[in-house]
Order: sequence, then C-alpha cells, then structure tokens
Amino acid sequence: MGRGRELLRYSAIRLALAPLMLWLIASLVFLLLRVAPGDPVDAVLGSRAPAAARAALRSKLGLDQPLWHQYLDFIRGLGHGDLGEALINQEPVSSIIARDLPASLELGLTALLLAAVVGLAVGFSGIARPEGKLDFAGRLYGIGTYALPPFWVAMLVQLLFAVMLGWLPVGGRFPPSLLPPQGSGFLIADSLFSGNWASLQGAIRHLVLPASTLGLLLSGIFTNALRLNLQRTLRSDYVEAARSRGLSETQVIVRHALPNALLPVLTIAGITVASLIGGALLIEVTFSWPGIALRLQEAISQRDYPVVQGIVVVIAALVVLVSVAVDLLVAALDPRIRY
Amino acid sequence: MARWGMVIVAIYVLVALTTPLLVKLGLLPEANVGLDNPIFAAPSWEHWCGTDRLGRDVCVRTLEGSGVALQVVLLAVALAVLVGVPLGMVSGYLGGAVDRILVLLMDTLYTLPVLLLSVVLAFLLGRGIPNAAAALCVVYVPQYFRVVRNQTAQVKAELFVEAARSIGAGPLWILRKYLLRNVITSVPVLLTLNAADAVLVLGGLGFLGLGLPETVPEWGSDLNLALAAVPTGIWWTALYPGLAMFVLVLGLSFLGEGVEAWVSGGGEVAN
Repeated sequence: MGRGRELLRYSAIRLALAPLMLWLIASLVFLLLRVAPGDPVDAVLGSRAPAAARAALRSKLGLDQPLWHQYLDFIRGLGHGDLGEALINQEPVSSIIARDLPASLELGLTALLLAAVVGLAVGFSGIARPEGKLDFAGRLYGIGTYALPPFWVAMLVQLLFAVMLGWLPVGGRFPPSLLPPQGSGFLIADSLFSGNWASLQGAIRHLVLPASTLGLLLSGIFTNALRLNLQRTLRSDYVEAARSRGLSETQVIVRHALPNALLPVLTIAGITVASLIGGALLIEVTFSWPGIALRLQEAISQRDYPVVQGIVVVIAALVVLVSVAVDLLVAALDPRIRY
Repeated sequence: MARWGMVIVAIYVLVALTTPLLVKLGLLPEANVGLDNPIFAAPSWEHWCGTDRLGRDVCVRTLEGSGVALQVVLLAVALAVLVGVPLGMVSGYLGGAVDRILVLLMDTLYTLPVLLLSVVLAFLLGRGIPNAAAALCVVYVPQYFRVVRNQTAQVKAELFVEAARSIGAGPLWILRKYLLRNVITSVPVLLTLNAADAVLVLGGLGFLGLGLPETVPEWGSDLNLALAAVPTGIWWTALYPGLAMFVLVLGLSFLGEGVEAWVSGGGEVAN
C-alpha cells in the first residue's frame, strides 16, 4: 500500500474512533451521575422540602422518566449542543460554558506557549554535555516541576509577588475598577482591537502570575521529552555518520538531531493538554480566575449536576479532539511512521 | 537519586508511624484541638509552624498528614494493581471482541485528565478514606491494564506457552503459572510513579473540597483553608503542608526512577 493511502486509512480509523470515544465518555458521565448516591432534588431543595415541590422539580428535570428515556434525551440534546440547564439559575449550561471558556483558553494557551519555550530551552541546554552538570540539572528540573503541587506554588507566588512585593494582583482576571472590553471574551485580544491601553495593561497584569505559574510547572514535561529524545537520536547511526563527515557538534545537533527529536515533542504537547487541564483547574481556583474550571468547582460545591456533567463532557471532548489532531499531524509530518 | 528517594520515603513512613504515638503520649498536641490556642499565630517556640484559622497546630497537622496520604495512596494503588493486572492479562490472553471493547474503554478513561476523572468520582463517592482511594484507583487502572495487556499479548505467542497448552494446561493455569511472572516485572515502576502522582491528585481533591472528611488532617484541604489567608500575608499555614507534599512526591519520583533503572538494568544482565 502506498504511503498516501496508508495515511488516509489511519486517519479515517482515528477519526472514526473519536466520536465513539466521545460517546463513551458522555455515557459514562451520564451513568455515573445517575447511579451516584444522593438525589439532585435533595441537593437543590434540601431533604425536608414538601413532597409537591420535590415532585415538580423531579418532573422538570426529567428524573421521573425511565433511565433509558433520560439517556436518549441526554444524547439527543448533546447532538444539538444542548447540555441542559443549571439547577441554580436555569441558565443553559452551553451558554455558561461559552461565557467561561475564553478565560480558560486565554490562560491555558499562554501557559502552554510559555511551557514549550522554557521547557525546550532547559532541555536543550543540557545536551551539549550529556551526563554533565547542566544535563543533571535539566533532569532535576523535570522531576522537580512535576513534584510541585500547582496550588501550593500558586499560593507561594501570590504571597511573594502580590502580597509582600505588591507588584501584581493576587487574583481575578481584570481590574474591578475598569469596564471589561466587549467582544470575543478573550480580554487581551479584545483590548488590543479596541485600542484600550488601560484595559490591556490590566488584563496582562492579571494574567502574568497564573500563566507563568502554570507554564513553568508544565515546562518540565517538555524538558524531559526533549532530553530523552535528543539522547536517543544522538546515539543513532545517521548522527554518527554526520559526525564522521567532520561536521561540528553544533551542526550535528541543530541540523541533524534536533528536527527528529522535536517530532515526538509534538506528541508530548498533545498529552500535556490533559495535564494542562488538571493543573489549570487548580490554578484557576487558586487565582480566582473566572474560567470553566472555577465554574466546575463552584458547581461541585453547589451539587449542580447538569453543570458538572456539561463541563466534564466538554473538557473531555476537547482533550479527545486535541489528541486526535496531534496524532494526525504527527502522522502527516513524519514519513517514517507506518501503520 | 534512588538512594535519596528511599531515604525520603523511609522518613515519611517513620513520621507516619510515630506521630500518632507521640500525640497519644502527650508530647505533641492533638491535630484537631485548637480552641485554647491563638488563631493564626506566627511560628514560635510553642508552635513551631504556627497555628491555623482554628488555632490548630500546623506542625502536628502536617506530620499527621503524611500518615493519611500514605494510607490513601497505598490503598488506591494496591486496588488499581488488583483490578488492572488481572483485567489486562485476561484481555490480552483472550483477544477478540472482549479485548477490543476493554481496550477502547480503558483508552477512553486514559485519555481523560487524571484530576478531572478523580474529581468526578470523588464528587460521586463522597468523602472518606475508602471513597477517596476508590476515586484514585479508577484513574490508575487503565495504566496497569495497558502495560499488562500488551505484554501478555506478546508473551502469549512464546513457545513455552504453546508447550504448556499442548500438554493440556487450562487458561487459568497458564495465566497464573506462566504469564503472571513474565508480566509482573513492569508493575513496580508503575506503582511507585503512580503513588507519587496519587499524592498530588489526593492533595488536589482535598484542595477542591473533595476527598477526605473534614476532621482528617490532609495537606490539600489544609492548603485550601490557608488560601483564604494568603492576601493577609499569612504564609505559615500555606508553606508547611505544601512542602511536605512536594518532598514526598519528589521522594517517590526518585524512587520510581531508581526502580526503573534497576528493572531495566537487571533485564540487561539476565540477557
């Protein structure tokens, strides 16, 4: 089979599996929330509410229907982008997510970019002399950033830079004294487009601490990935051949080894998105960053089932889509991969 | 590095075992008692790490936290091994439709962010030590499943398995006598690394107000209490529990690296 057709077949399988995985996740979340001990009606009204009020809420939520009926309704709704309504204020869950997602993406993408730049720089710096001091430091950096609890680092950063030095705000996303710019919900982009410098400055000042905390903590993943891959590549025959042709070590590393070592790093970046979400959940809560993760925590403490369900399904869908996209990208870029 | 890891973990185990004794002997104050103490007192001779919002001694709570964390994490990882390894072996050995369905299910679980999955599970299961352990265990089952399944599928094709089958050995006998020993070697590395990860996830759950009951001194939930005091510059309630968590994860990670080097090195010698 030619490589083009192989790639096409692989892509088709991977793309066909994605909806299956999404459906599995959605069903899993649905089932888990239904078999859970504790009644959502109790959670909203309290267990001593009058029977009539409880019955009314029960039928409003569709909980009086048989389970398979609820399930079909849920899946049908998902197909139309309908995730149900919040128990607390009857707001559609999809519009809650649409409102809070830009804040999370702004934080997450900035952090990911920072993580990649810092992580790759640290990983690359040790390669000149493997097993040297710099290399060992890179290894320690990888383990150390992994072992740091994100919310703890966030609190220490807040204490140091916001409380003691007073350089940056402790939390939040925008100065309370200003009116946030209207538009896409990405405050930095919106401020740029409207040319509002005060709000741009405010938005950036609030973003610095959470984004750099999350970014630095995730950068270790990139450091480790690059170190391991570069080491493996530098031992391969074609690098040996390049060396024996009399190329300088810098040329060997930069021109020959690095391109091949960077490709697996792309895969790692895809995997990082999953850790990014775990870390972002904690960072958002610590910095009161009004994103989707902070909303999830709020919904959990209010036991607002539809919101929890909706947010989890949307995050899971995002993760699955990113992992599929990265796999396809790597497959298309790397001519060596065979399926 | 592995030596450092062993030393760190040993210290934590020692602390976990001795702290309750010292409390019982009256040498240390109790973790949940603080009504007579000043609240948010800075570190002093009386309270080495200060006191928290309820006047409880931060030192004792941090020390007792190590026992709590080790208990939950050990329970969770042991459960994950007990479920994941047999499931992976059966799936890898049988193959066919059962195998495909299990692989898809486990891959789906594996795709989900660890913290997100455990948050959902902890939300459903409620608070308690077994509940938290169960929520954590589900997260790690797919990892054992994947590794063990792939190895089983590989080893299954070896001649000695075929030989066993030809002399009339049943599937259970083969799984237990021939495959388990070949497959089990990959478990210790995964176990140590998962334990490190589980400490972080348990702390994350506690920080989000899930996981263990409020009376249990757990690092994550103590840090959650400390968060509200951060804007006033109170650092001691935040510093110590997080430091304890960080060093334990560091120790377990070092240990994991050591075990990995040892297992792969041992393999080379045997070859």
